[in-house]
Amino acid sequence: MQDKRIYLDNAASTRLDERVLEAMQPYFFDTYAVATSEFAYTQGIEAREALDEARGILAKTLGADPEEFIFTSGGTESSNMALKGVALSLGKKKGKHIIVSKIEDFPVLQSAEALERQGFRVTYLDVDGEGMANLDMLRESISEETILVSIQHANQEIGTVQDIAAIGTICREKGALFHTDATHTFRRIPLDAGKIPVDLITVSAHTIHGPKGIGGLYIRQGTPFAKWMDGGFQEFDRRAGLENIPGAVGFAGAVELVTAEENKRLQAMRDRIIDRILAEIPDTTLNGHRRKRVPQNVNISFHYVEGESITLHLDMRGFAVSTGSACFSRSLQGSHVIYGIGGDHERAHGSIRITLGRYNISEEADAAVQALAEVVKELRSISPLGKERQVEEE
Amino acid sequence: MKSPYSETVLEHFRHPHNVGKIDNPDGKATEGSPACGDMVAVYIKVDPDTKNISDIKFESYGCASNIATGSIITELAKGKTLDEAKKITWQEASDALGGLPKIKTHCSVLAIEGLRAAIQNYEERHGLVKEKTATTIEVIRKRLKKVMNPISGLDLVRTNLVKDIVLKDGRVRVIIDLPESHQFAPAIKEEVMEKIEPLWDVKEVKIDFTG
Repeated sequence: MQDKRIYLDNAASTRLDERVLEAMQPYFFDTYAVATSEFAYTQGIEAREALDEARGILAKTLGADPEEFIFTSGGTESSNMALKGVALSLGKKKGKHIIVSKIEDFPVLQSAEALERQGFRVTYLDVDGEGMANLDMLRESISEETILVSIQHANQEIGTVQDIAAIGTICREKGALFHTDATHTFRRIPLDAGKIPVDLITVSAHTIHGPKGIGGLYIRQGTPFAKWMDGGFQEFDRRAGLENIPGAVGFAGAVELVTAEENKRLQAMRDRIIDRILAEIPDTTLNGHRRKRVPQNVNISFHYVEGESITLHLDMRGFAVSTGSACFSRSLQGSHVIYGIGGDHERAHGSIRITLGRYNISEEADAAVQALAEVVKELRSISPLGKERQVEEE
Repeated sequence: MKSPYSETVLEHFRHPHNVGKIDNPDGKATEGSPACGDMVAVYIKVDPDTKNISDIKFESYGCASNIATGSIITELAKGKTLDEAKKITWQEASDALGGLPKIKTHCSVLAIEGLRAAIQNYEERHGLVKEKTATTIEVIRKRLKKVMNPISGLDLVRTNLVKDIVLKDGRVRVIIDLPESHQFAPAIKEEVMEKIEPLWDVKEVKIDFTG
């Protein structure tokens, strides 16, 4: 067991950047007042200015006006808000039909299910073997009754990037609103609401080395949207609650620290890991699209072995990774994403996700591949599955 | 390192005892399937005179608690008589491992079931079944539930691959809803034979495919 831990689960959350913490600190100890109107006292006015400045940075990044961006407690709240806010606003006026992809992350998926229980009809859009949404099915599914289409920008587990420009165009033509969960692409892949016909965008700070507990929702001007967090007039009267000013400042700081060079570096590391694993470890399957993929994501199934055993062995060697195995999750459900792309149980249980971040270096990537090769070999030697195949190979 | 598993579990997980296959075992069984996330195969060698388990090995496709339980039950069963080994409980295995997380009960019970099924397999093959109840269609169906459909990872019955079961004068005919040329047909056939043939009053097993 080694002391130095190598963290490769950056899609789950990331290490905070010190520079972000530094930017946040004054808003805990000096400018801790509530953001007041410009007619109140100095600390409150300063807090207001900090919030406005952070909002300006976030909005600009998305090609939006500041009034189109509201801060939330994170991606989960943003997606809940998008689906339920639109449903509450248009459910009675326009219709009760919503479309989401089968492989959405849980905030979208379970919000859709919650609305289903309240009488909405939900279409769960198929995806192909690489996770790309079926756009023909999307075209056919949108009707007069359809109020919202929610399709993620990239997948949380397999990293597949959707063609949201095409999806947005279809939605626009057919008169449905379009929400995209960009938690895993924000600042890693460009997303400009000025160019892409998207009405709502979920973003989060903690996946880009920002603080936990802060996210945002872009709401295009004029989008029908009902407020459901009551108790104040904050965030343009769209979400009540004391503003998280240190969080907002940290979020803006984190956004500015992501560079194109960093994304290029992560992508090179990603490709090296994928290429090495597929070449060096037999009976492996890449999950997700080879090219249309976020720069930080690797997801590979190791056949004949179970993921929790792989992650535990890796943890003993100091590596933190994630798996789509049922045994790893608290719910004891295998990955709905792997099933969604047509994978069977064995592929889901044997899937390992490696997600990279700012603090990973290429030596760690190589060490992870080496460790995986050893662990998988060891576990295969005790597995009752895949023996015929191995004998054939020998 | 932080883990919900005890030191003993981790030790058995890292270095499992009695791992592997026994060639020409006297009794063997496979429990679970990739669909339920865990699978364990148990092989035993039995001393014909003393009825002691002289050798035992296991293979596991599963999580840490499955692997560790497989390791500990093979340790507990080795050298015991079949009757003693049959009585090993999940609780004993769990205690010997210093406890198992509650949510992992299912994965670890599988290993116990594997041991018992391997013993049962031996007894059936050697005419040692004491309480002889007549085989019925239901008994056969229950056994077929333990045969995995490799296409889906779920069992044959649940995936509607068993089209019909005919039982007459100790002769069993199982009709599988797959063409005989299917890539998994031989594997399914072999597994079904293995499960049904040892039944004490079954004289003949025939597997037919629908195409």
